[in-house]
Amino acid sequence: MATATELPVELFKGPVDPDWCPGCGDFGVLKSIQEAAAKNGIRPENLMVVSGIGCSSNLPGFITSYGVHSLHGRSVPVATGVHLANTDMKVVIVGGDGDGYGIGVGHLIHAMRRNLDVTYVVMDNQIYGLTTGQTSPTSTLGHKTKSTPQGNIENPINPLALAMISGATFVARGFSGEQKLLADTIAAAMNHKGFALVDTFSPCVTYNKINTYPWFKERVYKLEDTDFDPTESLYKSLEKSYEWDEKLPLGVLYKHEMPTYEDGEMSLKAGALVKQPLAINKETYKSLVEELI
Amino acid sequence: MQEVTIGIAGAAGDGLDKSGDTLARSCGRFGLHVYAYNSYQSIIRGGHIWLKVRVSDRKVTCHGDKLNVLVALNQDSIERHAREVDEGGFILFNSDRIKCEELLVKKGVTLLPISMKEVTEEVAKKFGPVKPIMQNTVAMGAVMHLMGLGTEQTEEVLTDTFSAKGQEVIDMNIALLEAGYEYAKKLVSKPIFVAGKWETDKKRRPFITGNEAIAMAAYAAGCKFYAAYPMTPASTILHWMATNAKKTGILVKQCEDEISVANMAIGAGIGGVRSMCATAGGGFALMTEAVGMAGIMEVPVVFVEVQRGGPSTGLPTKTEQADLFQVLGASQGEFPRLIVAPKDIADSYASTVEAFNLADKYQLPVLMMSDLLLSEHPETVDAEQLSCDVKVERPEFIKEWDAEKNGKFKRYKFTESGISPRALPGTPGACHVTASDDHDERGILISDMFTSPPVRRKIMEKRMTKVENMLKELQPPQLEGPANADVTLLCWGSTWGVVREAAELLNEKGIKTNYLCIKYIAPFHTKEVTEILSKSKKKISVEVNFTSVMAQFVKMQTGVSMDGHITKYDGEPLEPLMIVEEVEAQLASKTKDLSVSEAEAMEMAYHYLRTHALEKLRPSTLKIHSKNGSGEPVWEIELAERITGKGAGTIKIGSNTGSIIEFKQETPVKA
Repeated sequence: MATATELPVELFKGPVDPDWCPGCGDFGVLKSIQEAAAKNGIRPENLMVVSGIGCSSNLPGFITSYGVHSLHGRSVPVATGVHLANTDMKVVIVGGDGDGYGIGVGHLIHAMRRNLDVTYVVMDNQIYGLTTGQTSPTSTLGHKTKSTPQGNIENPINPLALAMISGATFVARGFSGEQKLLADTIAAAMNHKGFALVDTFSPCVTYNKINTYPWFKERVYKLEDTDFDPTESLYKSLEKSYEWDEKLPLGVLYKHEMPTYEDGEMSLKAGALVKQPLAINKETYKSLVEELI
Repeated sequence: MQEVTIGIAGAAGDGLDKSGDTLARSCGRFGLHVYAYNSYQSIIRGGHIWLKVRVSDRKVTCHGDKLNVLVALNQDSIERHAREVDEGGFILFNSDRIKCEELLVKKGVTLLPISMKEVTEEVAKKFGPVKPIMQNTVAMGAVMHLMGLGTEQTEEVLTDTFSAKGQEVIDMNIALLEAGYEYAKKLVSKPIFVAGKWETDKKRRPFITGNEAIAMAAYAAGCKFYAAYPMTPASTILHWMATNAKKTGILVKQCEDEISVANMAIGAGIGGVRSMCATAGGGFALMTEAVGMAGIMEVPVVFVEVQRGGPSTGLPTKTEQADLFQVLGASQGEFPRLIVAPKDIADSYASTVEAFNLADKYQLPVLMMSDLLLSEHPETVDAEQLSCDVKVERPEFIKEWDAEKNGKFKRYKFTESGISPRALPGTPGACHVTASDDHDERGILISDMFTSPPVRRKIMEKRMTKVENMLKELQPPQLEGPANADVTLLCWGSTWGVVREAAELLNEKGIKTNYLCIKYIAPFHTKEVTEILSKSKKKISVEVNFTSVMAQFVKMQTGVSMDGHITKYDGEPLEPLMIVEEVEAQLASKTKDLSVSEAEAMEMAYHYLRTHALEKLRPSTLKIHSKNGSGEPVWEIELAERITGKGAGTIKIGSNTGSIIEFKQETPVKA
């Protein structure tokens, strides 16, 4: 990876403009990822943005970098494969709350316990937007949606707490209404060695009439303005992750240095797989045949 | 041609797999050909295991119909298998704790009781107590005499096997082997074959399973990433990969489920390495959505689907070939892919190398279909068939792209061949998105609000063009056996091995028979297969499934219907004589007898006694009665006490329904 010489953010301008609804929170997330990559000096060809399916998962199409726009809920395993094949690339996974915490939550938990060295930015709008407004794993109790006209009767997932207890080593929350802070948070997440989750409030202006920009603005505060230390203890971080109704903390909630999956994987000791020669050691092969005789 | 089939039976944990391996490898080193089949009821300690090892001086492609020597490691094994030994054969057992009643064996079969205590006395004096599992080595020594082979190769194998345990252990095992050999030599003056009668080319042959062949071929082909979730009968690929990862440098990833496996393997393919995953039918069901993704993204990746008895959990440790339509129908929509079903172990090796090359050349998923029999049975192959000097062909990738000079990079450029230039992630100037939504030449979405019918038409045509081109370089199926035959057998996968032998037997009987094995399923050689089948006379499909899926598929492609079908769906593979008898019956227009056979009734009685925890009883004799008011003919099986041999009751089994009509115990034995 190139050392951090800041790059012009224009390098990351995408080939087409986003087709998101005007005012969608995802615009702020896109801009933040572009700024974070520029700030960290990651060249577009060394950046890999992997998504699943959903409004927010269209993001790879709107940024100049390598990208994979995969299946609903499968961004994490696809990103794992791409990353393990070429560990020289910086991988950022993007998608929505349905994609990551609903259909894809199984993969997410396992990627976190592996402490895979990737960054995952979830654009959490607490609703299914692309499918026109059904309840999501982070919809609050009582939320009336197309699929829950009487109000949602299921408790929402707490993605931050889930990430902390699953083994993620960098857990943060962003808000696209605080774009500057979000860009800094994503940049820090990308610089972290290990699994980084940035759960990001990214309001859906079309289908979520409860968790709106004004709703968030009234509640959010920046952890950097307090004396909270995300590296102090898992328990304090967990406690912080449960702040909800009145106060919503933004910034890094948990940060911990741990060996990554890549550190333990012996095949990577010889460098990125894709750069290793295709030809095998014939003597090794012949010894394996000899074992069968 | 000279051949002999040895059966080794015992409980899981008796170490018979190791003995079978020693036997097979000894023969392989001698230059003989071996085909082994392990029909296991249980992988849990104590369950019954039945291993057949067929040895020949000529290549054999199935476990055959014969049984010349039975090595019984427990009483149960005598009772189950003694009657299967052919005339002129031998039954070996430890007479210190196992008995074999004369009434259990066919005429002309020799009992060879070995008092292990007696035979191993000298060895025990020199080396210390002989553990029960070591008695297998004594039996192997006796088998070597019966087969007319010396002990030289086996001694070599034992030396290698125990090399880590020290010279003392090696010497002890060799002493046991020789004790068994000398004992049999003393008792049996007329073994099955006399020493020195084997015609052998002295080539040392590796003994390998189909799954190992796939794993080794993947390594030879430059595979760098292997993902899997444990599932029988595909797990041994994972085991080989994990065991040898340190040597091969392949990244081996066990995932949380098969959805992850498939998506990770595709991700690695996008990343630019040769990537493979394997599973059985149930796991493949979870992978199917990803298969289509690899198709639309044009990602090279190899999927291995090893079939087992279905549907659902089905028969996890039994063989079947019933997943054809699942694999053909994997994923929604239409996309180019290669579906290939190798016919034997050497073909599994060659097909895997080819799979990687074609996946890379045509940028598509390859689905390899194997089956439990092919994947888990070991056989000897010529070392050249496992050579690592294989053609590893990878098209060049774009190294750098100058967009100002050449315009924006088009990952999915429309070309005549349908194959577009590929730039791997990390290539300067060629940034693009690999998308599961349909896209234009640059990879930009044409779905939703960007929908463009003309571009969609063009990209579909581009992708599908690859299919026609690929078909041209695949070897079309060919008839094997005499031309203008009276009977043509249609088969696929591991069934080829048994059909080949059945056709030989039919030809010997004067029924002129040839056979056609379908290897490439998609794309399909419609023209060639239609030509062959429309000229064939009596066409019979032979498959290990209920609905003759390959026959259905061939009809779909060619319009040609089979005249008859031979099927088997009890979890066990076909054997040559089963096919011969069925072909004869079909030629004579006889209907198939579906009632419970004598052997099946006996097996059912055993099973009933076992599941009712009556290990103290065993079946003894069996006869069939007419309806007797039961509405169907009834098998009546006399039961005996294991220890005393005294009559202990009866079980009656309906010959049509297979139901246990009656179970009567004379003096109830405590379970």
